Amino acid sequence: MASMLLTSLRCSPLTSVQAAQFAARSISTSVHLQAQAKSKKTLAKPGVKNIVLVDGVRTPFLLSGTTYADLMPHDLARAALQGLLNRTGLPKDAVDYIVYGTVIQEVKTSNVAREAALGAGFSDKTPAHTVTMACISSNQAMTTAAGLIAAGQCDAVVAGGVEFMSDVPIRHSRKMRKTMLSLNKAKTLGARLSLLGSIRLAHLAPELPAVAEFSTAETMGHSADRLAAAFGVTRLEQDEFALRSHTLAKKAQDSGLLSDVIGFKVPGKDIVSKDNGIRPSNMEQMAKLKPAFIKPHGTVTAANSSFLTDGASAVLIMSEEKALAMGYKPKAYLRDFVYVSQDPKDQLLLGPTYATPKVLEKSGLTLNDIDVFEFHEAFAGQIMANLKAMESDWFAQTYMGRKTKVGAPPMEKFNTWGGSLSLGHPFAATGCRLVTTVAHRLQKEGGQYGLVAACAAGGQGHAMVIEAYPQ
Amino acid sequence: MAGVRALGSLSRLTTRRYTLFPGVTRRTFRVAACMMARTHVNYEIKGDVAVVRMNDPNARVNTLSVQMQREMTEVMDEIWGNNAVQSVVLISSKPGSFIAGADISMIQACKTAEEVTSLSQEGQKMFEKIEKSPKPIVAAINGSCLGGGLEFAIACQYRIATKSKKTVLGCPEVMLGLLPGAGGTQRLPKMVGIPSGFDMVLTGRSIRPDKAKKMGLVHQLVDTLGPGLKSPEERTIEYLEEVAVEAARGLAKKQIPLTKEKGLMQKIQDYVMSYPFVRQQIYNTVQKKVMKQTKGLYPAPLKIIECVKAGLEQGPTAGYLAEAQNFGKLAMTSESTALIGLYHGQVTCKKNRFGTPEKEVKTLAILGAGLMGAGIAQVSVDKGIHTILKDTTVEGLSRGEQQVYKGLNDKTKKRSMTSFERDSFLSNLTGQLDYNGFNKADMIIEAVFEDLNIKHKVLKEVEAVIPPQCIFATNTSALPIKDIAAVSKRPEKVIGMHYFSPVDKMQLLEIITTDKTSKDTTASAVAVGLKQGKVIIVVGDGPGFYTTRCLAPMLAEAVRVLQEGVDPKKLDSLTTGFGFPVGAATLADEVGIDVAAHVAEDLGKAFGSRFGGGNVEVLKSMVDKGFKGRKSGKGCYIYQPGLKRRDVNPEALEILESYKLTPNAAVSSDSDIQYRLVSRFVNEAVLCLQEGILANPVEGDIGAVFGLGFPPCLGGPFRFVDSFGADKLVEKMRKFEEVFGNQFTPCQLLLDHAKDPSKKFHK
Repeated sequence: MASMLLTSLRCSPLTSVQAAQFAARSISTSVHLQAQAKSKKTLAKPGVKNIVLVDGVRTPFLLSGTTYADLMPHDLARAALQGLLNRTGLPKDAVDYIVYGTVIQEVKTSNVAREAALGAGFSDKTPAHTVTMACISSNQAMTTAAGLIAAGQCDAVVAGGVEFMSDVPIRHSRKMRKTMLSLNKAKTLGARLSLLGSIRLAHLAPELPAVAEFSTAETMGHSADRLAAAFGVTRLEQDEFALRSHTLAKKAQDSGLLSDVIGFKVPGKDIVSKDNGIRPSNMEQMAKLKPAFIKPHGTVTAANSSFLTDGASAVLIMSEEKALAMGYKPKAYLRDFVYVSQDPKDQLLLGPTYATPKVLEKSGLTLNDIDVFEFHEAFAGQIMANLKAMESDWFAQTYMGRKTKVGAPPMEKFNTWGGSLSLGHPFAATGCRLVTTVAHRLQKEGGQYGLVAACAAGGQGHAMVIEAYPQ
Repeated sequence: MAGVRALGSLSRLTTRRYTLFPGVTRRTFRVAACMMARTHVNYEIKGDVAVVRMNDPNARVNTLSVQMQREMTEVMDEIWGNNAVQSVVLISSKPGSFIAGADISMIQACKTAEEVTSLSQEGQKMFEKIEKSPKPIVAAINGSCLGGGLEFAIACQYRIATKSKKTVLGCPEVMLGLLPGAGGTQRLPKMVGIPSGFDMVLTGRSIRPDKAKKMGLVHQLVDTLGPGLKSPEERTIEYLEEVAVEAARGLAKKQIPLTKEKGLMQKIQDYVMSYPFVRQQIYNTVQKKVMKQTKGLYPAPLKIIECVKAGLEQGPTAGYLAEAQNFGKLAMTSESTALIGLYHGQVTCKKNRFGTPEKEVKTLAILGAGLMGAGIAQVSVDKGIHTILKDTTVEGLSRGEQQVYKGLNDKTKKRSMTSFERDSFLSNLTGQLDYNGFNKADMIIEAVFEDLNIKHKVLKEVEAVIPPQCIFATNTSALPIKDIAAVSKRPEKVIGMHYFSPVDKMQLLEIITTDKTSKDTTASAVAVGLKQGKVIIVVGDGPGFYTTRCLAPMLAEAVRVLQEGVDPKKLDSLTTGFGFPVGAATLADEVGIDVAAHVAEDLGKAFGSRFGGGNVEVLKSMVDKGFKGRKSGKGCYIYQPGLKRRDVNPEALEILESYKLTPNAAVSSDSDIQYRLVSRFVNEAVLCLQEGILANPVEGDIGAVFGLGFPPCLGGPFRFVDSFGADKLVEKMRKFEEVFGNQFTPCQLLLDHAKDPSKKFHK
């Protein structure tokens, strides 16, 4: 993946052409939705605490290697946490617990949640832990928080996620590490010298982290390309979807819809207040790119994949009583959620297909009840493949053990403010962005139910139903 | 038998995936039916690309049968005559098979070398037309692309292969005693270079897609796809076709160059090869290597070298002619008949003639984590069978588990398995010291020490803890199963499973049934063996069953030969010179002198003087001195770790000296010694068939070749009798009988065959 992402960095920002038809369509539908939304029932269950999203924020998502390049992961996390404090006016000691997600770990701050919390000025009496579940790490952080509240252990939890791809741990080779560790134990000068003498050129080759499955050794982009081919997704479809994502993101950014973004003063640099990966191009330019993984006939390119991103996000989750007692007006209820997992080789990125029908069933809803869809866009090909899988009775019957397909979400409700392809995808920070975006879109468009779904490395997936808080 | 190693051509026989057609009658019927419409080859025109699809409706794989060739010619003529078509894609609609080779029965049906030569020439002509096609042809390969299939593919202008595990490319003809007779010996060396070309045609090895790409055998690779809107196999073929059609268009428009930019290494190699002197050196080296490995017993490799040489040195006309003529000659050799017979036999022995067992074995418990026990565990865990490995000591168990790990890890090192797969396979293994979990076992295989009392003790202990439907299989090389089953409460569930060491390398499994063994028990044991990847013979109960019983008289004779003052090295060269992959003295060391002594004594008691010959005391004295063979470092030879060279053990020679016999000059020529060894083996094999220990000669041949290393070029003892002549063999035995007595008395069945030359074991 790294190579392709480098390619994506290299490809110069392309002329920004706005696709007027998308813009026009999304506006018209939102009006239409507002009209029908009000009459639905609430998903509150007797005996189960209502858990609410009070608010959510994120740092601007930047291409890695840009303005954040010299920071450390916990710096970004700190920024998100402080932003959340500012946005909500939350007293620093009112938080019972902090859970943070991260994927590529900085070894110095392996419990990045704690380091960031301390750095952000939270009370040192607030415990914090870090979770990891690839691209759904912050989803895991939020559901962990929900679990703590539902179990009656906490009332106010901050969840979030951070990913920092500008700097990743590059290790010495195993041989070199072994020699260096033995060096620590060597007592005499002679023993040390003989150990040093044993170092060969091969010891010096570093180990680079790869965005590859450990179990199959296949890079994710390669798997995405195969997935797209398996569902017959064409290069054209992928490029169109990527262009749509960028166009919608640009529009959302320009019209100030991305209100979860907080400004961040990077030391030594200017205040950053905007995502910098949104680059609407045109089909001709995109068609020129060569495939990034499967050569020469692959369809996944730098332009239709998400890029390596730095960023952090955070949300404040509370029990409804606590939020109301503290005088908050929550944004949304967090309702049912599921985690799924499947074959990490051939179905690596099909998480949403498996998770969506499951969570809908759990909530007693159908696809038609959902007003707002926010799916994580790892690759345009992955999204298109998922949509086709959800639309296929054969797939549902043969691989999911279901009687019928769940159906694909209508595009006018789908990722209408852009997605990971355009906004960026800091692995562990994306989940909170999705949830916050659903809450904001529900408020803006007047819908009642939203659905978040995402795929993750390891062949896992997640989906959550979110209900608008009555306004 | 412990320690028999499969070497050379024997082990190579195993990787072969050649295909044959069942019967001639069926083919004629098919031809008649196909006069109306094409059934094997069809094509569709997609824009300016013709997609030619092959699909043999009557077989699991495609072969270059008469029908297929005829239809292909028709189709290609139509395409060449169609101006709208600019390029062609050649693809198979069968999952897992592009073309698996020529139709063997087509060759076998020929009566003379000339007929086969003309078959070869027809093939050469057809592929020449393909090679010279004005419209580029892309071979889109998914699944086996072997023999004639590969020759077809390399005649095409461009090759795209899937990365499927089933995709393999190779020329396995040499393993059938033949050569690639449709241009393979001519095109391959030019395409992949002389050294790799020789390697492919001489070893017949199958080449995986990634290697093929590196070698320049294919131009482009396509990934296999997972589930989508169609089944993975179906969609992968579709995808391959899509990619191939694009490539064909690119070729027609000259956007994709036909000649690949050569790498530096390739350029250097080509430069070096341009000197006739260098090429001559290569021919010599290859020739020497082949002679060393085959002892000149296999004509095919030598003919292959001749063909390649003719093509490179005298030009294509001479090359193609040499290829066709040598192909004809080889098809008429007894070696080819023998090897093809073995191939058919192997296919037969990979089927379960006892039907599907009532209950699949999901949990297997193995008693004894020694060499055998751990070996059996290794070939079970990677087939997804939950395997309990039980030993009595922690040390034994730890050694056994390490053996399983090492076996799998070696595959990881060779990259035939990922480390992740290794780990997940190992999760099927449970090592333990107690009988915990045996109540859920479907089958027990005991591999404890070869002692009837210990086996009885184990059997009783185990029967107390296993469920009633559980099968008890005993891994023994000589103890009669009915004796072991004597203490069982359910003898119908007791069966013998005789594995050969090293279990992960040796292909054979000898299954032994008693009168009481139920059919379902047998079916279940065969099913497990097949799952473990074994070639299986099912034989009747009796001392030494089939394999050990055949080997014992031969080893007894070998001891006598040694006592007569023949050096172990000389004995080895005599046996390998006859075609055995391992010499008799080395074999004894591998099996273990103690085991050999044990078996010789047991079988001697059971069969009397017929099993005499060498003095058992020779072996016993060696065991007393600690010369137990390879495992103890000393036997007939001295084994030093890390040293490949081995010297004869002088102390063993001393023992032999003290038991010295005076050789009788009338029966001690090199050839006599060879026939003394082989005739006793063969006679015992025939006797096993006569007594009903063996069900049929096919299993007898397979057991002897795959389990004991009987010369593959002879095709097994029964094929040997057929081709050598029972009368000639009896004549030789009578001569030996005069000197040595009843050890050489031919059995009745052999005599019957000698009397009536029309009687043959193989039709």
